[in-house]
Amino acid sequence: MTKPLKQIHLAAHFPGVNNTTVWSDPEAGSHIEFSSFAHFARTAERAKFDFLFLAEGLRLREQGGKIYDLDVVGRPDTFTVLAALAAVTEHLGLTGTINSTFNEPYEVARQFASLDHLSGGRSAWNVVTSWDAFTGENFRRGGFLPQDERYSRAKEFLATATELFDSWHGDEIVADQETGTFLRDAKAGAFVHTGQHFDIHGQFNVPRSPQGRPVIFQAGDSEEGREFAASAADAIFSRYAALKEGQAFYTDVKNRLAKHGRGHGDLLILPAATFALGDTDAEAEELAKEVRRQQVSGATALKHLEFVWNRDLSSYDPEGPLPDIDPDVSDNHISKGRAQVRMYRDPLAIAREWRELAAANKWSIRDLVINTGNRQTFVGSPETVARTINEYVQADASDGFILVPHITPTGLDTFADKVVPLLQEQGVFRTEYEGTTLRDHLGLAHPDHARGERAAS
Amino acid sequence: MSPSSPLHLAVALDGTGWHPASWREPVARPRELFTAAYWADLVAEAERGLLDFVTFEDGLGLQSSHHLAPDDRTDQVRGRVDAVLLAARIAPLTRHIGLVPTAVVTHTEPFHLSKAIATLDYVSTGRAGVRVQITARPHEADHFGRRTIPRIEAYDSPVVTDLFDEAADYVEVVRRLWDSWEDDAEIRDAATGRFIDRDKLHYIDFEGRHFSVKGPSITPRPPQGQPLVTALAHQTVPYRLVARQADVGYVTPRDAEHAREIVAEIRAEQGTAGRAQEPLHVFGDLVVFLDDDPAAATARRERLDEAAGEPYESDARIFAGTPAQLADLLQELQAAGLTGFRLRPAVLGHDLPAITRGLVPELQRRDAFRQAYEADTLRGLLGLARPANRYAAA
Repeated sequence: MTKPLKQIHLAAHFPGVNNTTVWSDPEAGSHIEFSSFAHFARTAERAKFDFLFLAEGLRLREQGGKIYDLDVVGRPDTFTVLAALAAVTEHLGLTGTINSTFNEPYEVARQFASLDHLSGGRSAWNVVTSWDAFTGENFRRGGFLPQDERYSRAKEFLATATELFDSWHGDEIVADQETGTFLRDAKAGAFVHTGQHFDIHGQFNVPRSPQGRPVIFQAGDSEEGREFAASAADAIFSRYAALKEGQAFYTDVKNRLAKHGRGHGDLLILPAATFALGDTDAEAEELAKEVRRQQVSGATALKHLEFVWNRDLSSYDPEGPLPDIDPDVSDNHISKGRAQVRMYRDPLAIAREWRELAAANKWSIRDLVINTGNRQTFVGSPETVARTINEYVQADASDGFILVPHITPTGLDTFADKVVPLLQEQGVFRTEYEGTTLRDHLGLAHPDHARGERAAS
Repeated sequence: MSPSSPLHLAVALDGTGWHPASWREPVARPRELFTAAYWADLVAEAERGLLDFVTFEDGLGLQSSHHLAPDDRTDQVRGRVDAVLLAARIAPLTRHIGLVPTAVVTHTEPFHLSKAIATLDYVSTGRAGVRVQITARPHEADHFGRRTIPRIEAYDSPVVTDLFDEAADYVEVVRRLWDSWEDDAEIRDAATGRFIDRDKLHYIDFEGRHFSVKGPSITPRPPQGQPLVTALAHQTVPYRLVARQADVGYVTPRDAEHAREIVAEIRAEQGTAGRAQEPLHVFGDLVVFLDDDPAAATARRERLDEAAGEPYESDARIFAGTPAQLADLLQELQAAGLTGFRLRPAVLGHDLPAITRGLVPELQRRDAFRQAYEADTLRGLLGLARPANRYAAA
């Protein structure tokens, strides 16, 4: 018996504030003006994508005590842009990253319920956690969380927000002009939450929204993050886009669902993926190489080496050999406000390995950073890319991909025009939107119709 | 120049209108209050009337007939959507009119609000403002659980004074964050690989009694430089907030004499705050029932009061009459020192079109209101220059 073909889910990640985004390209436009967001969203909707994804940052990154100036710097407010995009799109889901550490449940729940109303049921929330005092300096609640409390706060934050979303059931507003009854129940929206992180009660003031609750995304990768996602998320924004790693992650997370009383289709795995498209595979390879060089200037290469060395390397020549000195392994890290530096757990070993790699390949600092950095996930002609994406999804490396173009705002155009029609021809991607809400696009049940109770509620 | 200087007009949007029984009128659309289309229609009507801006009410709890406590009423509109997001949702559908959502500053983060309003300014290409509001309601503090606010009897309590002081600090932070990027900070210098000139980004280093905020903002300086900051004020303490931090204050005079007193008090506070030279609009708030026949307006008011079961009372003066009578009143109040008005339509479906199609043409005939939008930004409509950045080297 042959397995039925899985339908692919596709999303568009607005290019972010890291060196994946090539701002130096002549085609690169504004990262702030609404026209860029509108163009990007319209392209995604023209291509029948499931949703658009916006990341968030709450403090400008610093390196060596100075604001990092080599990547795109600055972005607009996530909620506000998504609400405006709801006006220029009709079907596209609107997913925003919102931090659970520097917000309060009542306010975030109001904002997502409002966005869901104002978009006719297209909102989604990527719940992220943070604990650093560096970001906390921008907030009145300031301070920060012990690292081991961040997931407990995030879980309770989401559970509390869920209680707020569920505090209205959808039948309270009667608005009977004859009898003068507006509300069926004076206690609509009543809630009480008592927990370790939140002790709140009262009445929520946004009635039940079209999706009931926003679609919930989770992006963490730790054991706790995976367990959190398996218990409470509708989708995971994962980092494992390669076939083998993707399959391992997919299996791991999907296998966690049963113990939370959830089915295989209740949690979608959607890795971030980059791409380089050419008319031929050879042209795409050339373009991919060129883009990687654009992404890593000499100055950027030195700064990336500093993530590992944890020292000021500005006196080094990026076209020259790697530093002889060893990394500084003290706790005070040269880079602030950036998640990826925590990935280098053993800088001394990495430095050794990189020196050997550079020596063996006769690589300069810049060559090394380019070659050890992320290669584009999908490189090839439209046919190759469409075929590969479909293979990965059918092989359960993912349920689809969140595409991250390297050019703002036109970086999605070619994909939309060339790759999407091929996926549609193969019968694995929609040719028209079949529903109106993001839950419809993702094949997720409305919470009022979901099987069983959620662990988070 | 016409002999009478033009006045400015804003409309305050809330639910189906300001009268608590407005939702029962046939023109009301109470089941659509949570849809974007309902609000888009209202703002389009306001824009057809060439109004300077609309405000959107908001709050961190359910509406209540009590100022300081919840009620258990089921006969009035309850529930709303977030005003900042609502304004953003409407922005791409409009071209000229200013959008001024209410934001509560008592339990929220100035960093978040600053970037939200800056972003509203981007998505509206220069038409954003904010109306800041405190809340002294203990039950709304319970929605956040971060602090308790003592139960008070009235707004002349020291508790309220403290909340307004905090609001002034909050607006200071919001404004500094708007200036924390100089206009030309983004350089995209391919030669050096630098996207920004970081010397043109500034830490705001605000430290106050209630909070500290480091900065800079994550959002570049918005198109207007400083979006409009507005506040409603009924007495000395909030007048001081208006004088210290606002571009537009909304006040509630009983009559021309009272308007004169309020304006004098605000101007004096403005001097004390060292802002005497800065433009500051003082708008009068009025609830309006408008009909071509004055008796019809009065009868409508009575009918709505009867439906509500009690006479409608408001902090603002309630006007019922014809567009021409209202135009007379507005010009009389303007002569007393007010520069504009924020009208609160009793029934949005009736009184908003009466403003745009009745009052506005009447004022235009008197050369007291614009014939066309004359500026691309909200500050421009109000005659406010784009301010210099406080952090930029002179």
